[in-house]
Amino acid sequence: MRKNISNWGNYPVLNCEEVSFSMEEQLTQYVNTHDHVIARGNGRCYGDASLGEHSVSTLRFDKVLAFDEENGVFECQSGLTLDQILDIIVPRGWFLPVTPGTKFITIGGAVASDVHGKNHHSEGSFSNHIVSMKVLTAKGLTECSPETEPDLFWATCGGMGLTGIITTVRFTLKKIETAYIRQKQIKARNLDEVLQLFEEHKHYTYSMAWIDCLQKGDSFGRSILIVGEHATKDQVAAKAAKAPLELPRKMKLTVPFNLPGFVLNNFTVKLFNALYYAKNTKRVIENTVPYEPFFYPLDAILHWNRGYGKDGFVQYQFVLPMDKKDGLVAILQKISEKGWGSFLAVLKTFGKQDDLISFPMEGYTLALDFPVRNGLFPFLDELDALVLQYGGRLYLTKDARMQERVFWDSYPNAERFREIVKTWNPAGKFRSAQSDRLNFQFA
Amino acid sequence: MPTVLILGAGSDIAVALARRYAAAGFTLQLAGRNPEQLRPLEQDLRIRHRIAVTVHAFDALDFTSHAGFYRALPAPPDVVLCVFGYLGSQEKGQQDWQEASRILHTNFTGAVSILNIVAEDMAARGKGTIIGISSVAGDRGRMSNYLYGSAKAGFTAYLSGLRNRLWHSGAHVMTVEPGFVATQMTGHLALPALLTAQPGEVADDIFKAAEKKKNVLYTKWFWRYIMMIIKNIPEPIFKKKKL
Ligand SMILES: Cc1cc2nc3c(=O)[nH]c(=O)nc-3n(C[C@H](O)[C@H](O)[C@H](O)COP(=O)(O)OP(=O)(O)OC[C@H]3O[C@@H](n4cnc5c(N)ncnc54)[C@H](O)[C@@H]3O)c2cc1C
Ligand SMILES: NC(=O)c1ccc[n+]([C@@H]2O[C@H](COP(=O)([O-])OP(=O)(O)OC[C@H]3O[C@@H](n4cnc5c(N)ncnc54)[C@H](OP(=O)(O)O)[C@@H]3O)[C@@H](O)[C@H]2O)c1
Repeated sequence: MRKNISNWGNYPVLNCEEVSFSMEEQLTQYVNTHDHVIARGNGRCYGDASLGEHSVSTLRFDKVLAFDEENGVFECQSGLTLDQILDIIVPRGWFLPVTPGTKFITIGGAVASDVHGKNHHSEGSFSNHIVSMKVLTAKGLTECSPETEPDLFWATCGGMGLTGIITTVRFTLKKIETAYIRQKQIKARNLDEVLQLFEEHKHYTYSMAWIDCLQKGDSFGRSILIVGEHATKDQVAAKAAKAPLELPRKMKLTVPFNLPGFVLNNFTVKLFNALYYAKNTKRVIENTVPYEPFFYPLDAILHWNRGYGKDGFVQYQFVLPMDKKDGLVAILQKISEKGWGSFLAVLKTFGKQDDLISFPMEGYTLALDFPVRNGLFPFLDELDALVLQYGGRLYLTKDARMQERVFWDSYPNAERFREIVKTWNPAGKFRSAQSDRLNFQFA
Repeated sequence: MPTVLILGAGSDIAVALARRYAAAGFTLQLAGRNPEQLRPLEQDLRIRHRIAVTVHAFDALDFTSHAGFYRALPAPPDVVLCVFGYLGSQEKGQQDWQEASRILHTNFTGAVSILNIVAEDMAARGKGTIIGISSVAGDRGRMSNYLYGSAKAGFTAYLSGLRNRLWHSGAHVMTVEPGFVATQMTGHLALPALLTAQPGEVADDIFKAAEKKKNVLYTKWFWRYIMMIIKNIPEPIFKKKKL
């Protein structure tokens, strides 16, 4: 059925033919008879990566196929979402090897964007934990892994659906004793201090910081660093220790309709200030919390994206090499001078990663929201120029507007990626609004 | 643990029902035309809910196979969910008997054929529950789908009679009349969001209503009232509408 759809940023809104399937045969049949096909998971990418002429929803293709509870190996169809996986694995003592800041994404989306979490510096991105997967390419269903058909494998991890439709994924899990996280929150007065703190805390499995983008002068880049480890049984309170792998169920809040932009900003300002000026003036707070608020603080408010109003927003996320701190300063300054971005940004350090087309590379990554407004895109083009100048790049899954040249100039393996995609998707059967915008020539 | 047999287990409503019954700890028997296609669901239910699941070949249109199919089940089911159905094309069915007969035989004759066998068994055992998924389309024939609608009307009447009969021997029959449900069957239609249920909601409604031994369930609930209005439009007016 044709309808107007958009992803998490509510921008752009495109008229697409949306279809879904629950069995492999239905998918094969559809792909064999259609062109301009792109997979769509739960629409949590922000822009146009999963929109296209024919958007194939994987959400009904959501079966668990295998779970080796001894060794922590899990296999499922690509439309299964992380929140459902957590419901199955956590009570049995396992956790996702990597999780982004929302659990409402599919496994297919996790692979196609090669997502990273707070543990990138210590455990890499999602692709690091895949045993094997199957992809329906233009040549048919093909199994791949780092050992078999490695080209297809690496072009599919972070490949934004351009090699075809991922059908099943087998990946490894992480053993846990409890469903809780031992976390530590540390206030940093400015950017230098928070970068220093990242360095000092790099042995922690999980780390990220909320950074206040509006402060100037001495407080430029004031932040809260949050680090954590999975809690062991003896670290949780006596009551929780009785059923350490279970969490109390909570009600979810929903933002029912599009709110004017300032509401969300007010909310995050309050949240941050509450943390920053916490009653106790302690610089460091340590406590044990359920995994949900630690990993998914925003998931408690379903559809918070509507808080940016009906024109939508874009999320700007870039990464710069570790030795380009001056670039980070320059970009952050430009953002804070303009004052158009969200009040808060997420700052994180990435560990080494050097594969075909994934976003992460060793360095700093910053992500913040910009409500769509007149003049925004030219301004973001200026930021892009800085990112390029300092040897960085933008995260494709957040992108809705980058110009063609920026992509081809910033991803060092873009040409090689295109060559591989061409062998599996020679006529551009799989293509998205994003790949069209970036002028991805398949032929 | 009680056992539930799902006839037409591959459909979206059936998948949601399978998950609902599995969550309650039932043993599942999944039956469909293509058992291989049911393997992923079988694994899914086993892993998520740690229950026993079996898969069986069943074709509603292959009437003569029904008795053998039922006899070969590993255990007589406590609950039988008759979920399969075929919407087909009204327009095609008007000219093409193949299509018309497929609509009639899948939704009515096929269901009668298998449920007759189930009913005999439940009557003999003096217990059990049959749940038939009919449709609000059977409440009044409309030009856009009266082939499907008339088959469902027949099915609704059959279930009503069967309920009457089996009450006397201790078994229960529930008729389910879904309104719009967002499934593969309706994927190509632009359904009004407010009136449309998700398969999971329908499954929840059915499970709860069956526990309470309801006789006729409309899901979502307001369809009972929508259909009351539709049934009461006088024929002279009704026939002039393009419905
Ligand atoms: C609140 C929030 C926080 C986030 N935090 C993070 C974070 O910390 N780290 C991070 O890395 N990302 C983060 N993201 C981004 C998100 O993880 C990715 O965009 C993810 O890919 C979304 O998955 P999805 O299932 O919603 O897929 P979609 O958004 O529908 O699609 C995303 C891409 O994956 C492709 N795709 C989806 N399924 C398949 C398939 N079966 N086969 C082939 N291609 C497929 C699509 O074509 C598209 O290119 C966040 C997003 C939100 C909304
Ligand atoms: N969706 C709605 O809005 C709606 C509304 C009212 C009532 N209903 C009823 O609800 C039930 C489920 O519908 P759905 O929407 O989930 O439909 P669906 O996804 O289209 O599924 C129909 C199912 O019936 C099965 N089937 C068809 N012919 C069969 C046969 N000869 N033998 C065995 N199985 C057969 C199909 O099996 P295969 O997998 O082998 O093809 C499929 O699993 C149907 O009875 C339908 O009439 C639906």
